[in-house]
Amino acid sequence: MTQLTSDPVGKSVPRVDAYDKVTGAAIFVDDLQFGPGLYYGRLVRSPYAHALIKKVDVSKALETPGVRAVVTGKDVPTRIGLYLIDRPVFARDRVRYVGDPVAGVIATSEEIAEQAAQLIVVEYEELPAVFDPVEAAQPDAPLLHPDLGEYKVANFIFPEPGTNISEHFKLRKGDVESAWPECAAIVEDTFRLPQIQHVPLEPHVAVALWEQTGQVTLWTSSQSPFAQRDLIAQSLNIPHGNLRVVSPYVGGGFGGKAGVSMEVYAVAMARAVKGHAVKLRMTREEEFIGTTVRQSLVARTKIGCDAAGNLLAMETQYYFGGGAYNDYGVNIARAAGYSCTGPYNIPNVKGDSYCVYTNLPIGSAMRGFGMPEIHWGIEQIMDQLAEKLALSKAEGIGMDGAEFRRRNCVKTGQTILTGMKMTPIDLVACIDRVTEAIGWGQDRPRPSAPHKRRGQGIAIMWKAPAMPPNPGSSAIVRFNEDATVNVEIGAQELGQGAFTVAAQVAAQALGVPYEWVRVSAPVDTRYSPYEWQTVASRITWSMGNAVKAAAEDARRQILEIVAEHWSEHPDDLDIKDGKVISYKSEREQPLENMVIYGLPNEDFEGWKGGPIVGHGRFMPTYVTNLDPETGQGTRAVVHYTVGAQAVDLEVDTETGQVEVLKIASAYDVGKAINPDLVLTQIEGGAVHGMSSAFEALRFDEQGRPLNPSLVDYRIVTAVDAPQEIHGDIVETPLEDGPWGARGVGEHVMVQTAPAIANAINDALGIRFNDLPLSAEKIFQALQESSNRYDQT
Amino acid sequence: MAVHSISVTVNGGREYLNVPSNMTLLEMLREKLALTGAKNGCSAGECGACTVLVDGEPVNSCMMLAVEADGREVTTVEGLARSETGQGILEADQSIEERVSALQEAFVEHNAVQCGFCTPGMLISAYALLERNPHPTEQEIREALVGNLCRCTGYLRIIEAVQAVARDAPETGAWSLERKDAPETGAGSLKGDAK
Repeated sequence: MTQLTSDPVGKSVPRVDAYDKVTGAAIFVDDLQFGPGLYYGRLVRSPYAHALIKKVDVSKALETPGVRAVVTGKDVPTRIGLYLIDRPVFARDRVRYVGDPVAGVIATSEEIAEQAAQLIVVEYEELPAVFDPVEAAQPDAPLLHPDLGEYKVANFIFPEPGTNISEHFKLRKGDVESAWPECAAIVEDTFRLPQIQHVPLEPHVAVALWEQTGQVTLWTSSQSPFAQRDLIAQSLNIPHGNLRVVSPYVGGGFGGKAGVSMEVYAVAMARAVKGHAVKLRMTREEEFIGTTVRQSLVARTKIGCDAAGNLLAMETQYYFGGGAYNDYGVNIARAAGYSCTGPYNIPNVKGDSYCVYTNLPIGSAMRGFGMPEIHWGIEQIMDQLAEKLALSKAEGIGMDGAEFRRRNCVKTGQTILTGMKMTPIDLVACIDRVTEAIGWGQDRPRPSAPHKRRGQGIAIMWKAPAMPPNPGSSAIVRFNEDATVNVEIGAQELGQGAFTVAAQVAAQALGVPYEWVRVSAPVDTRYSPYEWQTVASRITWSMGNAVKAAAEDARRQILEIVAEHWSEHPDDLDIKDGKVISYKSEREQPLENMVIYGLPNEDFEGWKGGPIVGHGRFMPTYVTNLDPETGQGTRAVVHYTVGAQAVDLEVDTETGQVEVLKIASAYDVGKAINPDLVLTQIEGGAVHGMSSAFEALRFDEQGRPLNPSLVDYRIVTAVDAPQEIHGDIVETPLEDGPWGARGVGEHVMVQTAPAIANAINDALGIRFNDLPLSAEKIFQALQESSNRYDQT
Repeated sequence: MAVHSISVTVNGGREYLNVPSNMTLLEMLREKLALTGAKNGCSAGECGACTVLVDGEPVNSCMMLAVEADGREVTTVEGLARSETGQGILEADQSIEERVSALQEAFVEHNAVQCGFCTPGMLISAYALLERNPHPTEQEIREALVGNLCRCTGYLRIIEAVQAVARDAPETGAWSLERKDAPETGAGSLKGDAK
């Protein structure tokens, strides 16, 4: 007998998808079988970072046996995008990065498509290219998008036509100029981060079928089936009702499978061979350069505090290198702008956050959405300010990095930089948990060898879901005869546990055991209820609210039927363990059968009730636009999640290699619907964050990628992972979260890189302003510092 | 393209197949046999998602030609759970919880699975390790899994799951896939509650 779990919210029940995934039964897009009629697509990509297209000759490719069609920009004269519609489906007059798709070949096999793609002759006229976001923002920089002023754009994004600036967010609070003279310590510095890639284990893959009737189906590995339907329908002029997006399990997303990247090509190519499904899958090389990447950043930041250690002023410019198209990236710069202080209460702020076109791969959403980028500099400056204060005080009485953060970090109810009141959180508790777990300020264990140095570092973070003001969720809860329940959602299972959370929420709100709930999958826009996107760490909160509402709707229907049957009041009834019970008469009615067939009247003189189907929805209705000149407004975002991390590491002075020994990590999630799944996010995120500190996409002077493979672009392996990760959960309930819950999926990697940098500084006394923290860079810095030491 | 007739044992069953010279073992498994458990993450032997056992040794099946598997024995993730074939209907009706191997059960219990794309290859590499070394140290586990990339879990839960299975392995003698608490086979093991 399977054990049944009552009231599963707050319990670490097993994942609903676990057995699917350990047996090989879990189906991903590439596993779907389409039979012998399936065609394959390959893309022809630009070899130049910036060039005009003079001529495209596809005749040789079309003559190749097995080739069914070739599609170019002439066939698809349209653009696609979410916030700023700036990306042509196929480049028409101009290519803007090495890898920009110019044409697509459809053939009976992947090999033939690949061979034919090489026979397409494109004549280019090279243009000067620009790669650095600060250079690209200058008035004399080569212009990537002369038509920027004509692009359709969301009303909260502010491009500057005639420049490469696709978004400029301004934050003005207080008066920084009059605050600087009050400061006892000021630190000003520039920090740089390169583009990095999500590296999901599953590369992007899409299959599209355009039927003669005009019905279009897209099978896709996507975080955003509904957003893909919307954007592709708009771009290719398909009625939304005719476009069906089916998305089975996603083999890792991390933001890279949000919105639309390569999926639109599969649909555009399928249009040329109606009646045949076309499969387009990215090679690992294409995954690195031809899908999307995390944007680069140059951050120029100045922060000051008074003698007591209170932060007074901050001035910052963020230049995000958005790559060739910024349709999603503009909102990253915006999010970085309205959260530009990091999790600190600073009375005077002047922030300018720019998204800038560069001739590099497309920058877009990645886990953290601008926050890992800005916290890299902020969290190092906070340590430097604490150090300066400690030095300036007599006898070294000062504040360490943890105490400095406790004093200045944002607290519930404070008016934050945009003018909104801070939603409930307890960041001090997070700091306390990680300092305790890492042994902060206590006697340090010795390094494991004489040539190694040991150090500890701390960093804190905040992040709000960055999205339009009104992204919606909906859910349906349906009963079966035996009282098992099907929960229908449009949220996607990326590994984070969304399906498990949906089942827990439904079971709890209905009053049935967790094991009775089935989550209807795959997500299919034809049958699944609407969900904006599985992004922004919004699903537990937003989908959770919708599922809860749907379950409560179903519960209400059941209680009304039974109350009538018993001639009692619904308020006196409850559902426990799959039975309706009356607190008044102590009667019981199992849900089995009655949730489909209803209940008979006395002596079977008719029936009452019928099949129970509950509906629920959730959409935040309170977010306001911000003043374009000041970034001020009533409610910039729905809420923030906060957290702290502390790192213990060793640096090998002979090689420059860093070994992360332990990461302590604590987040305030409001309410952990499934505590162990929260911990798995905390652990996996810490390792992802650690890996990100050592990663970089590298390009040559012509913008050609140098390391688009898993050998040359290394991610952390089982050997590199820390010996220990100590996860901790703080629960300060959110007013409008299900049982107080809010998201945590992205937050868990935001501040790991600066925590590592702070620990390296603790070990070596050397600061690194630029990522990645390569062994070579650390070794050279060690050499330079020992040379300086020798000379003095 | 020349086509070769081969005979290969996959998860205990003999298969006779015609495969082109350039077809990889991974393509053969996924496209000829619809065994899609082994995944294609890079086509270059760099990620480990396609790992299968060939005569008991873990290999990247994207780097091996199908013709090279002629006459050999291949085990994929689909072959790790106790098979239904050749057994009575009552045995076949056992729930998946009852049929999975100790290693798969440990991955479930330790939440060592997130997106699940690396999981089949990870399980095969861990299985091969435990076959040759039933009581590995933590460092030996890490080294055995170094060729299997995972972006979600941070690896520690996977390492814990392998350690848990190693802890339960007998001190001496052959290590077995069978769980200690595996139900007895044959009549009477049909479990009633489908919920």
